[in-house]
Amino acid sequence: MSRLRVPVTQHDHVIGPENAEVTLVEYGDYECPHCGLAHPVVKLLCASFSKRLRFVFRHFPLSQVHPNAEPAAESAEYAGAHGQFWEMHDGIYENQDRLGLPLLFALAAALGLSESGLRNALVTGDFKPKVRSDFLGGVRSGVNGTPAFFINGERHDGTYALEDLSAAIEARLPVRAGL
Amino acid sequence: MAQILAAGAAAPNFKLRVTPDQWLSLSDLAGKPVILAFYPADWSPVCGDQLALYNEVLPEFRKHEAELLGISVDGVWCHEAYTKDRRLHFPLLADFHPKGKVAKAYGAYRRNEGVCERALFVIDRQGGIFWSYCSPVAVNPGADGILDALERLPSKGKGHEQIASSSHAA
Repeated sequence: MSRLRVPVTQHDHVIGPENAEVTLVEYGDYECPHCGLAHPVVKLLCASFSKRLRFVFRHFPLSQVHPNAEPAAESAEYAGAHGQFWEMHDGIYENQDRLGLPLLFALAAALGLSESGLRNALVTGDFKPKVRSDFLGGVRSGVNGTPAFFINGERHDGTYALEDLSAAIEARLPVRAGL
Repeated sequence: MAQILAAGAAAPNFKLRVTPDQWLSLSDLAGKPVILAFYPADWSPVCGDQLALYNEVLPEFRKHEAELLGISVDGVWCHEAYTKDRRLHFPLLADFHPKGKVAKAYGAYRRNEGVCERALFVIDRQGGIFWSYCSPVAVNPGADGILDALERLPSKGKGHEQIASSSHAA
């Protein structure tokens, strides 16, 4: 079984408390339709497991087949540098059917971020190293496509359907003593 | 699953068509590590994901000076269309005639289906098989095994450096 080789650190984008009982790491590509379908599933998992679950998103763009995936990932990082990673992340997946530079600039504007700032960051590749580092960490952990999920460091080889992921998370929750 | 050649065996040489008018031999790449990725077919979903992944990891392979070659029984025209469609930046070799000859030499041919196994080989600079792995045909094996093997390969000229340093010491 493949194991996550890159531990979660402060460089990661995280939802949920550090001391959560279960950590779910996703390697995703913003142009991948399967990742688009997994996005609302992850949202539901975060809502239903609440503070018992910590969710981490890492980039895994296959840019030769998904030409918009890399600029989308860099745009999310740009927003992240301004404290709005998750807003951009959600915006991209929720509008995935029209992903492209115009959408990324429109999302930046909607979040009150500078469009020209984003344009410059994309041109100079400010966030390329971060995206590539996520990608390579994924490759070394055995990620072979997207979305790829790791639950408490172990690769989830089931599907990304809500019931599958939910059961896999449930199975790793420590049993609580009755009150 | 076929029994593929294991680490320690010599890598059988081959000469295959890489484009309609070009051929490539394993011996052309002597002195460099070579990654052979046998796969069942162009256009099939798992192969597509696997080759798309390797396409993105190419810069890492090249850091080890390794050359990646994809091999299937598809013909050159099919490979050409597939390479263009998927924007692949590494050669696909056609083990087309006589069909599967090279795959058979590596123990990576599925006789019942008439296609290659999903098998990976890392060949060292001396032409020996350093690492090999045969994946279930429907499972994309990823790139971690290849990168781990490349990292474990003795680096180029390491032997010479050792000789040089020992002669300095003497």
